[in-house]
Parts: sequence; structure tokens; C-alpha cells
Amino acid sequence: MNGVHDMGGMDGFGKVEAEANEPTFHEKWEGRVMAMVRAMGAAGAHNIDTSRFYRESLPPHVYLSSSYYWKWLLGLRDNLVAKGFVTESELAAGHAKEAAKPLKKGKFGLDSVERIMVRGRFERPPPALAKFKPGDRVRAKNMHPATHTRLPRYARGHVGVVERILGCQVFPDSASMELGENPQWLYNVVFGGAELWGPDADPTVKVSIDAFEPYLEPA
Amino acid sequence: MTEHDHHHRHDDHSELSETELRVRALETILTEKGYVDPAALDAIIQAYETKIGPHNGARVVAKAWSDPAFRKALLEDASKAVGTLGHVGRVGDHLVAVENTPHRHNMVVCTLCSCYPWEMLGLPPVWYKAAPYRSRAVKDPRGVLADFGVSLPKETEIRVWDSTAETRFLVLPMRPEGTEGWSEAQLAELVTRDSMIGTGFPRMPGIPS
Repeated sequence: MNGVHDMGGMDGFGKVEAEANEPTFHEKWEGRVMAMVRAMGAAGAHNIDTSRFYRESLPPHVYLSSSYYWKWLLGLRDNLVAKGFVTESELAAGHAKEAAKPLKKGKFGLDSVERIMVRGRFERPPPALAKFKPGDRVRAKNMHPATHTRLPRYARGHVGVVERILGCQVFPDSASMELGENPQWLYNVVFGGAELWGPDADPTVKVSIDAFEPYLEPA
Repeated sequence: MTEHDHHHRHDDHSELSETELRVRALETILTEKGYVDPAALDAIIQAYETKIGPHNGARVVAKAWSDPAFRKALLEDASKAVGTLGHVGRVGDHLVAVENTPHRHNMVVCTLCSCYPWEMLGLPPVWYKAAPYRSRAVKDPRGVLADFGVSLPKETEIRVWDSTAETRFLVLPMRPEGTEGWSEAQLAELVTRDSMIGTGFPRMPGIPS
């Protein structure tokens, strides 16, 4: 979706302000939210792409004006309500009022913690041979799906070169909609600065994206 | 969570902000419905507050500086190489290390959300997840580096890695001069979080952190 989350190349957001000695969390609730999102994902309420899609789907003014973990809370809430794990009336009351809906992977307990501390695997057996190889010139498609995609707008329509093949991986455009993993070949594709930003761009800059095969066509 | 916190959380409603009340309401519902055990949430938070942080990545970088065979293995297949290091080996399959040289500087961003090598660097800082960095890193990386007080020779190539899939990028910075004969543990002290994102350099020997 062409949302405000797709920020690459936008102007007007100002300087990067780094905080010295930043704590892991600024407020205790931020940690609770992070942990709830991880736990409910591991329990089967959402996959990583679905959770990203719910955050991207927040109204643009909310997305831009909310702190990071507040967006996580809103995305989690919307996801859990949409799937019937939690109801609006429960949220208003602050307590459970209805029977629980079974989670695919069951309750997230202490014995589940170790499992999520090891990063997930996204590589899958390939359904077909890879269409591209390192060195191939490819164009990022001019495509604008209304749902989740990982092809940033600034790359669309531009020509780059495949630098490496990253295996065949879960396709976020399908997984986010819970339409299955639909594995696709993934490539690191590098673009010259002038190709992306025009002739005035810094000639020393190159930018790469990881692009799934359905995002690319031969150039 | 300590006993004191539990006490606070139950008895001092009036001190809780609207934000805290809404977060607590959701956690209460998830707990009452049997979806999560709050003790498991405590354990996740504790792991990110105490165990997982830039010291993990620093150890990898220091080893790459000290051990040419490890450096080569890291650049060829970072997941596999880091997997040999015991407790920092929980990076999964999709870690890629990119090496800074006198001719090329690497910088990592996630323009679409906040993808970041958690297992190597811990949770990302606010600036990494915020609009100024995400918007400008791909278009004006030199300007972004200037915000960090970092400047590079004008002929140095800057390669920006936008983390648009599940690959996680770790920058292998250049080893500071004047560190000949240093142990891995000494070298690791010089490796900053920002130097592994590409928005900073390692500390120079002799300059306090």
C-alpha cells in the first residue's frame, strides 16, 4: 500500500536527533507492548508481515504522530479485534468478558520464551528455478498494490543490478494477508544514486533493496 | 518485574497515565483469556534489557578484526560464522555482514518499518525507527551522517542497505589504527552500536567512551 510508512526519499522530517545513552525502553509500558506483540505472534495470532500491515494501515495522521510502541499497541489491538481474540467491549471494560478463542500455537508461557529468542527462518524450498542471477539488470516494477508490499515506492520503475541471490523466502505480500507463504526468490538489487534521485544526486551513493522476484522484470 | 512494581501497578491507579491504563487493560485481557502468561512477558523484557545488546555484535566485530579466517567466513556467510560463537549464535539464517573499506562505507536503514539485527545490536534506538532517518538515509546519506557528526572523504562510495525483507545487515567497521596486539575483549570495547549501523565509527584507542 502507498502509505506514509513508505518513507524513503521523503523530505521535510528534519534532522536525525540521536539520544545519548538511550534506555532500552523509555517507559515501562513500551516493554509490555513489545512483549505482548512478540508473544501473541508466537502464539499464532499474527505473523510478522500481518503485524507490519496492521501498523501501516493506521490512519496516516495517527502513524505520523504516534510513538513507535504506541503504533505497535494500536496495530496489535486492531489485529486482535479483527480476528476475534479480543472484543471492543472487553477493551472498554479492561477485562475479559467472553470465552477465549483458541490460538494456533496455544498459550504463550514461560516455556515459549526461548523459542522466540532465536530468530525465525524464512527460507523455503523453491517452487521453480530463479529467473535472475547476479549481474543481471532488472527493473523494479511499476506496481501499486493496495495491500502490504515490501517494494518501496522510491525504487519502482528504476533499473538496478542483481548483486546476490538470498534464497527463496516467504512472500510478505501473500503472508501479510494470511494467504499462505507463497515462497519467492529474493535478490539484493543495487541502484545508482542518479538512477533513483536524478542527475543531481551524489554520484558516490548506491542504494540496495532486497526484492522478491514478483517485484522485478528483466531490463 | 519486582514485587514493588506489582504493588504499584495494583494500588496506584491515579498515578497511571491514559497510555499506561490502555496497555494494562490489554495485558489484563490477554492474561485473563489465557493467551499469555505475564511472567513470560517479564522474561522477554528482561532479555532485551539485560542480555541482548550491541555487546553481542561488538564481540563478532572484534573477532573479525583479530581472526582473518573468521572475517572471511563472516563476509561469506554471517549466519553460519556467528552461529559458531555460542550464545551470540541466535541470529537465524539471514544475517549478512558488510565490510567498510577505505573506499566504501556501508550504512543500514529500514525505510518501511524498523528492521534491525536485534540479536546482534538489541532493540533499535528511537532515531533508527523515526521518520527523519528512514526518509533521508536513502536519498541523502551524507546529510544524515553529518547529523551524527560523521564526515567521509568526498570520493568514498556510500552503500546504503535498505532492509526491505528478512535479511539483517551488520556493518563491519574498519579496525582503528593503534590497536596492534590488542585482545578481542579490548577491541570489543571500541565497537559502538552506531559503527555497526554505519552512522558512526569505532572509538579511537585512548579516548574514553
